[in-house]
Amino acid sequence: MKFDTPAGPNPIDKGRVIGIAHDRIDGPAKVTGTAAYAYERHDAAPNAAYGWIVGSAIAKGRIAAMDLTAAEASPGVLGIVTHANAGKLSKGNMNTAHLLGGPQIEHYEQALALVVADTFENARAAAALVRIDYAPEDGKFDLAAERLNGVIPPQGFGGPADTKAGDFDGAFAKAAVKVEQTYTTPDQSHAMMEPHASIAAWNGDKLTLWTSNQMIAWSVGDMAKTLGIPKENIRFVSPYIGGGFGSKLFLRADALLAALGARQVGRPVKVAIARPQIPNNTTHRPATIQRIRIGADKDGVIDAIAHEVWSGDLPGGGAETAAQQTRLLYRGENRMTAHRLVTLNLPEGNAMRAPGEAVGLLALEVAMDELAEACGVDPVELRIRNDVQFDPEAGPQRPFSSRKLVECLRAGADRFGWQRRNPKPGQVRDGRWLVGMGMASAFRNNLTEKSGARIGVDGSGKVIVETDMTDIGTGSYTIIAQTAAEMLGVDLDQVTVRLGDSRFPVSAGSGGQWGANSSTAGVYAAAMALRAKLAEKAGYAAEQAQFEDGLVRMGNQSQTLASLAGAQGLWAEDSMEYGDLDKKYAQATFGAHFCEVGVDMDTAEVRVRRMGGAFASGRILNPKSARSQVIGAMTMGVGAALMEALDVDTRFGFFVNHDMAEYQVPVHADIPHQDVLFVDELDDKSSPMKAKGVGELGICGAGAAVANAIYNATGIRLRDYPLTIDKLLKAQAA
Amino acid sequence: MKPFTYERANSVEAAAKAAASVQGARFIAGGTNLLDLMKLQIETPTHLIDVNRLGLDRIEKTEEGGLRIGALVRNTDLAADTTVRRDYGVLSRALVAGASGQLRNKATTAGNLLQRTRCPYFYDIRMPCNKRKPGSGCGALKGMSRSLAILGVSDACIAQHPSDMAVAMRLLDAQVETMGADGTKRAIPIADFHLLPGETPHKETVLNAGEIITSVTLPKPVAGTHVYRKVRDRASYAFALVSVAAIFGKDGTARFAFGGIGAKPWRTAEADAAASEGAKAVAQAALAGARTTEHNDFKRPLVERTLASLYRQQEARA
Amino acid sequence: MTPVELTVNGREVHLQLDPRTSLLDALREHLKLTGTKKGCDHGQCGACTVIVEGRRINSCLTLAVMHDGEQVTTIEGLGTPEALHPMQKAFVVHDGYQCGYCTPGQICSAVSVLEEIKAGVPSHVTENLDRVAFSEDEVRERMSGNICRCAAYSNIIAAISDVAGESKA
Repeated sequence: MKFDTPAGPNPIDKGRVIGIAHDRIDGPAKVTGTAAYAYERHDAAPNAAYGWIVGSAIAKGRIAAMDLTAAEASPGVLGIVTHANAGKLSKGNMNTAHLLGGPQIEHYEQALALVVADTFENARAAAALVRIDYAPEDGKFDLAAERLNGVIPPQGFGGPADTKAGDFDGAFAKAAVKVEQTYTTPDQSHAMMEPHASIAAWNGDKLTLWTSNQMIAWSVGDMAKTLGIPKENIRFVSPYIGGGFGSKLFLRADALLAALGARQVGRPVKVAIARPQIPNNTTHRPATIQRIRIGADKDGVIDAIAHEVWSGDLPGGGAETAAQQTRLLYRGENRMTAHRLVTLNLPEGNAMRAPGEAVGLLALEVAMDELAEACGVDPVELRIRNDVQFDPEAGPQRPFSSRKLVECLRAGADRFGWQRRNPKPGQVRDGRWLVGMGMASAFRNNLTEKSGARIGVDGSGKVIVETDMTDIGTGSYTIIAQTAAEMLGVDLDQVTVRLGDSRFPVSAGSGGQWGANSSTAGVYAAAMALRAKLAEKAGYAAEQAQFEDGLVRMGNQSQTLASLAGAQGLWAEDSMEYGDLDKKYAQATFGAHFCEVGVDMDTAEVRVRRMGGAFASGRILNPKSARSQVIGAMTMGVGAALMEALDVDTRFGFFVNHDMAEYQVPVHADIPHQDVLFVDELDDKSSPMKAKGVGELGICGAGAAVANAIYNATGIRLRDYPLTIDKLLKAQAA
Repeated sequence: MKPFTYERANSVEAAAKAAASVQGARFIAGGTNLLDLMKLQIETPTHLIDVNRLGLDRIEKTEEGGLRIGALVRNTDLAADTTVRRDYGVLSRALVAGASGQLRNKATTAGNLLQRTRCPYFYDIRMPCNKRKPGSGCGALKGMSRSLAILGVSDACIAQHPSDMAVAMRLLDAQVETMGADGTKRAIPIADFHLLPGETPHKETVLNAGEIITSVTLPKPVAGTHVYRKVRDRASYAFALVSVAAIFGKDGTARFAFGGIGAKPWRTAEADAAASEGAKAVAQAALAGARTTEHNDFKRPLVERTLASLYRQQEARA
Repeated sequence: MTPVELTVNGREVHLQLDPRTSLLDALREHLKLTGTKKGCDHGQCGACTVIVEGRRINSCLTLAVMHDGEQVTTIEGLGTPEALHPMQKAFVVHDGYQCGYCTPGQICSAVSVLEEIKAGVPSHVTENLDRVAFSEDEVRERMSGNICRCAAYSNIIAAISDVAGESKA
């Protein structure tokens, strides 16, 4: 099915199941520990051996010598995979560094060997006996120092590296009010709770991998490419994923090494990347330096806006597209954005929840707060004044498909009690706490990706959906079941959803917040095909057939789904593809974050006291899980604002704080009750679901709202994230 | 984790004897720190002596009017003990400021005193670290040292002592009671228990081979307002950047001990003597000899600010 | 190999274990009770929380041999999909999870936290050490050893408050 004209009325509009808050259908399995994650498939691979990864001790160089003697002689060792015995390996399309290094070493903790043993304890102990002599080479690890060597990066999901419209320099020079500031954000780690993990088993030349992966088809393709085998010979199974946030978009070392280990020792092998290895072995969100210039009139109306971004990555890598939102969020006839990429020999930078906007808004939305203050305009009002209903780079001929930023700003401000904010910083005290409020706009692009599914009705009238879509905590199981239930007129408990298996039709997968809208649209397409089959079997005209209460009706006639499906069942498969509506219309999601913080007047400890927001993301398929996505992302935004940073040791070229004790993410005590309002919106240009993404919107701007609240509380403006005690004390002393 | 043999000790004497007779033997109690380090091969004992069932889990009054805390009393139990809550509030407060509920349910009084540093270079065996591998150098001195110590440090090591409990113990002038491999008992003032790194940062306490901690005693309660203030990057489940244990007396006297800034739990007579002059004077006295890096120099003002906060609260109470 | 006898969820089990085996790996790899999760294996996340002899602990930082003869309750021992424990039910109703990986640890912790408050164990946010009572802030502090990167925190607090009969709703 192709979606190339705006959606008219359709069966989803009924809103009998879709749009209603439902408990997750996978909930009982998750709360009882019966949902089996990748490493836990004793049922599928009962005799799996254990693999332990040996990571590089240097950031750049070569293996001079590798001595496996002691490790091989260690109790229980079944085999050791290294570059010397792994056979010819290619690199996946989505990988920047090789997943198995050697003799060349591309980054610290790059996997150089996998030790396979009969038990976990034996594998881990033997791995410590692998002796590697290194020939280190000098590397580049300091983004700020390399900044001037930046080059134009290749185009990725974020569009072109540079954009411009009008005459920025001229307009900025003439502007009555100017903001010109540089902001920095650090490298960040996904820190999902389930480590990367896989079990591999070979049957002849066929590989099955029980794994934890967001994008099944991408990763099957990259496994095939890396091993040099047909992708038809590979099956990935990933029904439950213990969090991803982008870390599991790609084939990673656990998957490849499990496959290589299993091939070498002739039995299934399971591998998890140990937690202290994860930050340096896998991907991270790259650090940025961002320069923002805004020129406005005295009322804060923007005439000129520029956003330039520097980030680093390994050779062949990509940029952190942090200027993305600045292309679309605010008005201004004169504008430019630019991204520059420098080569760094740190571990691979890549996507983490809302790549681009998550850190771009940490800069832009603080710059807007600075503009509001410079103009003496309320920050909410400033953003309303700078709203624009079309793509400001392309002009009015490219309107937004739907854009309810202003509605979000107003509704969010009301709900939060924004009018109680004292605009003058440092005025409000509650005991030992200096109290301040801050806000920020939320913006995240809406992407749509081709997505397929098959859907069937069995002889008892139960509905089954199969797609390689994944549920990384996003609630895919439930919204897909809701979609199927809505389309076929059955109750939610009549639907079984099977996900994450490469034997199922290829879906959009979970990334870029496209998953919910795209995957349910794929189910919609398959369901439309099944409706046609059912109607035909019933002898009804497809357009007139009604699907409700487990029946297909036309006029006074009706037949049950069960009888139409028969003992054989009836299946249909289709996918949703997209035309050029995303070219004709700018598509994005919007919101407004509000935050109240307390800053200890003595110690500068920052605590979030209240947090809330209003969001417009098209149709909200399941308000319960959508709300959870938003509060989770808001919390990650709090982390980005207050504590999260991978510390780079520029001498050794690695992230020093590479575990969960030292890379701190928010805990329960950091997070108050969070209030989420979804503003009513249907986006008929996004998909037949009239939905848009929501899973990443919540992080976009959340951290800036915290930063702006700190400013309001203290009068201290920090521009170097995270905003920690040491920086606040230094700024106070200055 | 390297292979080791395991035994469960039946008596304190037998445990001490076994520990002295087997090269590379270690006691294991809560295990929350030792096993963490063994998994990374930072600790590589060849033999573990499980002391969990030695019955050293009682809290009793001493004849001197103090308290004897068994070495195996769990952090949770010590914090919740009614006498501790009433008479040694600062200890209760320090305990519950540390780690998490789960860890406190396992971690023991003696084990906490022996807790090793959180320096990230100590924690990565590929990095130089004189504490982990004598003579290999200090990765932290010119590296990322934001969390590390500024007092009692040396050119060889700037690791911080991570404990909260030990800071309160230091404030309360606790004594560490031990039994040696030959059965001799001794009581070590906590001030003398931990060693400064100097040239030998791998030597962290005065314990001899096989010597086992049997209990920790507290002298008579110190009257006054007991407080423990821990400043950290997140609200819970994190090590201190700076912590201050304090007892404010009614007569304007006070005593202070500090965590997060010292190579060992930090306390000076000069800081206590400056109590009547306020936070700035106390901080100045406490920080005498402090040596900072560009990453941890904020701890100087933070010590003063934390003290200021305590003084402010104390004034509000009065 | 060392013999270890445990009572897990009311069932007596006899194991022969490498002494290096953590309680967590004994449960997951030997008893195939994979409901207890390995998030960090270093006591930094709380996903492995189980209840041993009535107390919640990190099963990753303890050896199975150290628990010979002891009672262990895991998430599987609290309830089943057909017969959920009230805390499990509350987590479903309040959407107190997303990816589900930290969830068993959160739930084991939550059950114990309510017991700890009842028993008068103080916490870092307890104002008066002699008066320990339920509050949402108490629960937030006490649950802080269970990290949820999906950050269902707000919902988890709602679920626990519900079970405690202290829900604001």
